Amino acid sequence: MNSVTFSFNILSDLQVMWQYDFMRHAFEAGTIVAIIAGIIGYFIVLRRSSFAAHALSHIGFAGAAGAVLLGVNPIVGLLVFTSGGGIVMATLGRKAASRDVQIGTVLAFMLGLGVLFISLYSGYATEAYSLLFGEILGISSTDVIVTLVAAIILLAVVAIAYRPLLFTSLDEDVAEAKGISIFWIGVIFMLLIAVATSIAVQVVGVLLIFALMVTPAAVAQQIARRPLQGMLISVTIALLATWFGLFVSFYIPYPVSFFITTATFAVYLFVRLWQGAGTGAKN
Amino acid sequence: MTTQPLIVAKNLKGGYPTKTVWENVNFSIGRGEFVAVLGPNGSGKTTLLRLLLGLAQPLDGTLSIFGKSPQRGNPRIGYVPQRHPIDSETGIEALQLVRLGLDGNRWGMGIGNKGAKEAFEALRIVGAEELAHRPLGVLSGGELQRIFLAEALIGKPDLLLLDEPLANLDMRREANFVELINNVVRSQNVTVLLIAHNINPLLPVLDRVIYVANGRITDGKPSEVLTSKSLTDLYNIPIEVLKDSHGRIAIVGMDEPPEHHIHE
Repeated sequence: MNSVTFSFNILSDLQVMWQYDFMRHAFEAGTIVAIIAGIIGYFIVLRRSSFAAHALSHIGFAGAAGAVLLGVNPIVGLLVFTSGGGIVMATLGRKAASRDVQIGTVLAFMLGLGVLFISLYSGYATEAYSLLFGEILGISSTDVIVTLVAAIILLAVVAIAYRPLLFTSLDEDVAEAKGISIFWIGVIFMLLIAVATSIAVQVVGVLLIFALMVTPAAVAQQIARRPLQGMLISVTIALLATWFGLFVSFYIPYPVSFFITTATFAVYLFVRLWQGAGTGAKN
Repeated sequence: MTTQPLIVAKNLKGGYPTKTVWENVNFSIGRGEFVAVLGPNGSGKTTLLRLLLGLAQPLDGTLSIFGKSPQRGNPRIGYVPQRHPIDSETGIEALQLVRLGLDGNRWGMGIGNKGAKEAFEALRIVGAEELAHRPLGVLSGGELQRIFLAEALIGKPDLLLLDEPLANLDMRREANFVELINNVVRSQNVTVLLIAHNINPLLPVLDRVIYVANGRITDGKPSEVLTSKSLTDLYNIPIEVLKDSHGRIAIVGMDEPPEHHIHE
């Protein structure tokens, strides 16, 4: 990797990168995950469920580690545990989903469980590392296809449940009176987070999921006036950060996740300061 | 006023399976009436609205609305609940929320400008057109109440249920909002049931009062219900209704003031 050097012709740089299968797969999976994270993230922020999403990724860690121990693909363990956790949270209701202490206690236990599974498995360090921080450069073509299929299903569900999802997020009481089942929309939403989290873990890992699922959406939430516009902004930030991370890490041998999280954090900081300056001037 | 009443309650009993909140309730409300629902905290005012919305079932007796039993999602009802939480960081504009009042309960994305015209019309009725593109997070309490009212009015309902819309408004905004609702009642021929704590800003415009207290409900014209005798009968303890020179009233309990229930 270090034998190739950066030229200022980005297109030829990309051509060089994409000669490597692992880079092509990374770009493909990264692009799909960024789109999903941007869209689902927008609803997560709108419903103020970011801590629940964070917790689901940790619950998924235990599942993934358990799958590794059993010799199953980690994505299976992720999906099973995050979906199970999501359904439990939805059953307890939205108010329960904002109880940070209880959720925090469960997620700490789940992380501990994951550590146990990983240590029981001989390949300890690298597996744990890639689950916690992502391993986008190790994605296979099968992983890309699994990610793509999951993404298409997610997008279809969001498109179908779009208005009720938006309505319950913004105005739950009126939505309920209008005949929407708050319970079922809550279950659908938690399952959306569960699947989105499971595929996003490949890119940024369990611990850094916030950077892709919440940070871009938090920025979008503040500057967008319309939901579709908000999702577009959130997807754009997540995409640019992912591409930026992959691109830079090709030349600089630091983790991709570091570059991705740094990029989204920089955007967040910039928008906050800019918004802050705006309100300061108005007052 | 038409002959057919809009809402009829017969021997109605409301509450939860484990606890009756009020019972033996009989009243009827006609089309285009402006009705205030009064009573102390926890007396079961919201329970009444939940029954009308079909969100709860009567424990006993019958309740009919538009000649049928209440059903959830009835498009002829507009509803503004109490305590509407809006995140101060929400950048979504008011117009988008108002539109959801029209078709937010349908599946799919509802792409296109469908509903925008209706939303502007509803915002015009409540005098909030200029707020259409403002983010919800920056609106004041009074401005938000107008947006919620527009959200409830967009489907052209025949009945509006408003749960304490005057809470958190200062006196001038309170008076403006009452005038606004009264205009809606008179110009759109809409029936309004409005839960309130303070009767005074409503007195000049009210057609009827439903008073909920002590496990019972009494109703009638404000001049009939808000008397020392009628409230003493309702509470079963001596109550005095006092009037000042401007016609404003104060309700005073002789033993324990009924209005002094602790806020939750």
